[in-house]
Amino acid sequence: MSKIQDILSERILVLDGAMGTMIQRHKLEEEDFRNDKLRDHKYSLKGNNDLLSITRPDIIKDIHRQYFEAGADIAETNTFSGTTIAQADYHLEDIVYELNYQSAKIAREVADEFTAREPQKPRFVAGAMGPTNRTASISPDVDNPGFRAITFEQLATAYQQQAAALIDGGVDMLLVETVFDTLNAKAALFGIAELFKERGIALPVMVSGTITDASGRTLSGQTTEAFLISISHMPLLSVGLNCALGASQLRPYLQIISEKSNFATSAHPNAGLPNEFGEYDQTPEEMRDQIEEFLKNGWLNIIGGCCGTTPEHIKEIAEVAKKYQPRKQKLNHVSEIV
Amino acid sequence: MSSQTKNIPPLMLSGLEPLVITKETNFVNIGERTNVTGSRRFARLIREEKYEEALDVALDQVRNGAQILDVNMDEGMLDGKAAMVKYLNLIASDPEISRIPIMVDSSKWEIIEAALQCIQGKGVVNSISLKEGEEKFIEQARRLKNYGAATVIMAFDEDGQADSYERRIEICERSYRIMVDKVGFPPQDIIFDPNIFPVATGIDEHNNYAVDFFNATRWIKENLPGAKVSGGVSNVSFSFRGNEVVREAMHSAFLYHAIKAGMDMGIVNAGMIEVYDEIPKELLERVEDVLLNRRDDATERLLEYAEKVKGGGKVRVKDDTWRKESVESRLSHALVNGIVDHIEEDTEEARLKIGSPLTVIEGPLMDGMNVVGDLFGSGKMFLPQVVKSARVMKKSVAYLIPYLEAEKAGKRSSKGKILLATVKGDVHDIGKNIVGVVLGCNNYDIVDLGVMVPAEKILDEAVKENADVIGLSGLITPSLDEMVHVAEEMERRKMTTPLLIGGATTSRIHTAVKIEPRYSGSVIHVLDASKSVGVVSKLLSSLSKEYAKDVKDEYVSLRENHQGRRGEKDFVSFEHARKNKVEIDWASYDPPKPKELGIQYFDDYSLDEIRNYIDWTPFFNTWMLKGKYPKILDNPTIGKEAKKLFKEANELLDKVISDNLFQAKGVFGLFPANAKGDDVILYEDDSRDKPLTEFHFLRQQGKKGDNIPNLSLADFIAPVDSGKKDYLGGFAVSTGFGVKDLAEKYEQDHDDYMSIMIKAVADRLAEAFAELMHQKVRTTYWGYAAGETLDNEALIKESYQGIRPAPGYPACPDHTEKPILFNLLDVTAKTGIELTESMAMWPAASVSGFYFSHPDSRYFGLGRIYEDQVQDYAQRKGMSVEEVEKWMAPVLGYK
Repeated sequence: MSKIQDILSERILVLDGAMGTMIQRHKLEEEDFRNDKLRDHKYSLKGNNDLLSITRPDIIKDIHRQYFEAGADIAETNTFSGTTIAQADYHLEDIVYELNYQSAKIAREVADEFTAREPQKPRFVAGAMGPTNRTASISPDVDNPGFRAITFEQLATAYQQQAAALIDGGVDMLLVETVFDTLNAKAALFGIAELFKERGIALPVMVSGTITDASGRTLSGQTTEAFLISISHMPLLSVGLNCALGASQLRPYLQIISEKSNFATSAHPNAGLPNEFGEYDQTPEEMRDQIEEFLKNGWLNIIGGCCGTTPEHIKEIAEVAKKYQPRKQKLNHVSEIV
Repeated sequence: MSSQTKNIPPLMLSGLEPLVITKETNFVNIGERTNVTGSRRFARLIREEKYEEALDVALDQVRNGAQILDVNMDEGMLDGKAAMVKYLNLIASDPEISRIPIMVDSSKWEIIEAALQCIQGKGVVNSISLKEGEEKFIEQARRLKNYGAATVIMAFDEDGQADSYERRIEICERSYRIMVDKVGFPPQDIIFDPNIFPVATGIDEHNNYAVDFFNATRWIKENLPGAKVSGGVSNVSFSFRGNEVVREAMHSAFLYHAIKAGMDMGIVNAGMIEVYDEIPKELLERVEDVLLNRRDDATERLLEYAEKVKGGGKVRVKDDTWRKESVESRLSHALVNGIVDHIEEDTEEARLKIGSPLTVIEGPLMDGMNVVGDLFGSGKMFLPQVVKSARVMKKSVAYLIPYLEAEKAGKRSSKGKILLATVKGDVHDIGKNIVGVVLGCNNYDIVDLGVMVPAEKILDEAVKENADVIGLSGLITPSLDEMVHVAEEMERRKMTTPLLIGGATTSRIHTAVKIEPRYSGSVIHVLDASKSVGVVSKLLSSLSKEYAKDVKDEYVSLRENHQGRRGEKDFVSFEHARKNKVEIDWASYDPPKPKELGIQYFDDYSLDEIRNYIDWTPFFNTWMLKGKYPKILDNPTIGKEAKKLFKEANELLDKVISDNLFQAKGVFGLFPANAKGDDVILYEDDSRDKPLTEFHFLRQQGKKGDNIPNLSLADFIAPVDSGKKDYLGGFAVSTGFGVKDLAEKYEQDHDDYMSIMIKAVADRLAEAFAELMHQKVRTTYWGYAAGETLDNEALIKESYQGIRPAPGYPACPDHTEKPILFNLLDVTAKTGIELTESMAMWPAASVSGFYFSHPDSRYFGLGRIYEDQVQDYAQRKGMSVEEVEKWMAPVLGYK
């Protein structure tokens, strides 16, 4: 199989779209989130979408399949909340290994199925690692700004466990995504680095940050460039942006990443901004047109979709991505010699 | 320069913002006061756990130009690790400090690692070294790499600290090779500290220390590609402690030579450096003799000079370096930073330099305001800052006006003339004033007709002034009708001027449905001040026709949708709604009897007490800063501005209170009352023989789910036939007396910022006064909640028993109940609060309403009402149906 690094310099790769949006279509009930083992779990599990990889793998596999059919090169595992920290909400810290392992395994199976069918277009699996619901550099208590609900070490350990299970399940790369507190991402990268050293391996790692609004900053207050600098110590496959904004709102920040980054550039925006009912109503065509602007400018190596996007969106995006050359990666920043 | 350096990126650090250090970057200052070993004051603050003051030390460093902040907690008496973690976490909550990268300064690895786990940006570690051998050094470097930090490496190895040129370069080269070759550490992230030692100590071996440092620096920069050089500068003058003149000269001269040799950054007390060119010649010569080891008696000669200038240190307070720049950049700086201090002298200087006052305005002043506009547009400046910029601009222009007139230079070129007015019957103008300032900043001429302006005057003035756009503002619901009236008048007069609609009760849908169809010219709803510039510039651009058409089309489709939605029947008959009232079991409930019935007045109530009841969240909303108080103060983006605004509001409050600038007046009354249908009858006394007056309430007619009642406020009062004795209260308060005079004083001084601030603060005080009085009524005068103990937060959340709905607001939107309330309490005679023809209260900072005591009573929105209820209501009130429909237009579900 070709190495993803080589393919990246040849063409623009397409990441899949939203998992949550697709799961919602199934109108699942509490029983869908349970299996024999979880039958007597005392707490409600409905809404813990990552669990479906174990309890309803048919649904998750079908979603991966739909995205691959739409033209995606990379599937994200269904593990956005697959850390002990996020699963603590459901009192399911103990299931984290199985959850990540199974999610990776089923995505791997579907990817291999498609690669076998179309060897000229190999499919990849990225282990999705979400931000957790705690922030390492922001206090949840306004009266006590020095307080932290989570420490760097706790985060690093949790991410290291998640990464280990994803790798055991067969992912090709790791994707630390929806970073709204850079310190959380740094802890993830730290945990991943420790894991790589322990096992003597190195998988490609992607990082994708989230600019929350028109202030152009992450939730933890960093500008786009400061965010990029803060995570550039790892040899990454790509750095990009996702979530919170639609493609057109993402434009100025994506431009900064594309201009300043020494890694490949990725983007997986939302399908526009949510309407007053919290729904995303941007059509695949609208989103495609906005993304085409980025492609024309040569800003991207990897493009996909976040909240509200569907296989229909990814199909349009994949079609248009074929027409353009990938962004030329700067291998090294050339400093001026005076 | 070696060719190897070609591919090495610059050193990139970050706090909330990036710091990229390239070859072109000037010397980087590292703030040093947040160091317990270097600052006795800081050490004391940390020991005594005065972290807030300790944070101010960091803030001072940033404001004085520190680009990196060195933090050191290494002290024997301190739990260094805990102090470091706590301090860094607090720094992370202050966006002004955490803007810059952190330098984690400790000799203990444990503290360094704990610190790195607290910073989201890319910081610098100070320091690691080969002191404890290669193995440890490698392990530490490897971990630093994974934390993503640059690091200072001390010229120190197993044999000790380097004190000669040869030892310095030997250790630095060895460290560099290990870092780059064995650890794979990015070379640009390596910063050497080749040891700055004191000179002129009287010990001959020390004489060449500075020279050795300069030479080692030069060697490192030439031979170790990518590596940087740093150091603690104040060490060099250690022998002259207490003699600030000599020390400052030494620091400055040392830096001059070190930077020439290639030193990139240094730990420097910015307040302790003299400008190199300003060091007296004799002193400079003697200092350089010492530093450069140029003569054997250099130390003696400097000591001799030092004796002469002993104790002559100076104090520098704030950074005034911008004052040294050209007059154009000074004007720009003053505008961007809202500094009014020197504006008149700078304006005068610019006028003399440029010649024409008009060119001063069109040139440097407009350039500066364009910068402000760009920064605001891109979210880098916030409204309060822009208003301050406008104040500077106005001051400057006001200074130039006499010259302009003398020159008869005519008018400055303006992008267009905008006429603004708050419509007849309405007195609210904060939002309109903000729009005026924002548009004014964007080079539009503003004609502001003020408040309570009748349609005729608005339109006559618009014609007379040849206005390009008319903007109407209003806060209370009757203003909506008045706006419709203005639109109709414009149509009748065959005008074509675009009409903008803004203000709290206005909405896009109301504008589309009610106003836009009445006028064939453009009618556009403007959501808030920030949107005004975009709308106006489009209206006055060459594409105005297309834009106007787009808006018209949009409003037409909004209207159609709206009508389409009306088709579905989602309401119930008034009769049905009445049957579905709130069921209160009156038989088993005894309404509390007030301790004191009748009317009470408060004249000149203590503002000092009132201020404790302020709910600050709406205050920030007034300034378009969205967020909840107090959390908003820590918001990474707007927290800094919010804090500043909050501080200034409180300073204003201090002044208002100490100088007695506003007067708070209030009245309330508690009366025997019973409900009769949807009306509430008040009686003269508890015998309930003679009715005093009655209030009329409206009932929700929306279709409700099972067990959800159609509410009316009348439901919360015991009905006549229940046989229970119930009570209703009424109140009116104002803190607006004195506001107008004070605001006008500032307006005359072209200070819109303060004028808006005064009104915003007065509004908050009025609400606070209402809150306070309600609490007193509950706990004392009515007394049904005598045991209630709630802090301000709980009050804001309304976690108490009973409500105080205001006529004109969602639960009882009829403004015409106000005159009944005013008559009942004799409000105007007793307090001076008046009602305008549109039933707005004057002064604007006033609140009036009813008191309900029942534990089930709650706020709700009336929603739409229909013909059957309107007819019934008109009859109950003795008004014509047409009149009721006019007042209730915004909530009518038909027509």
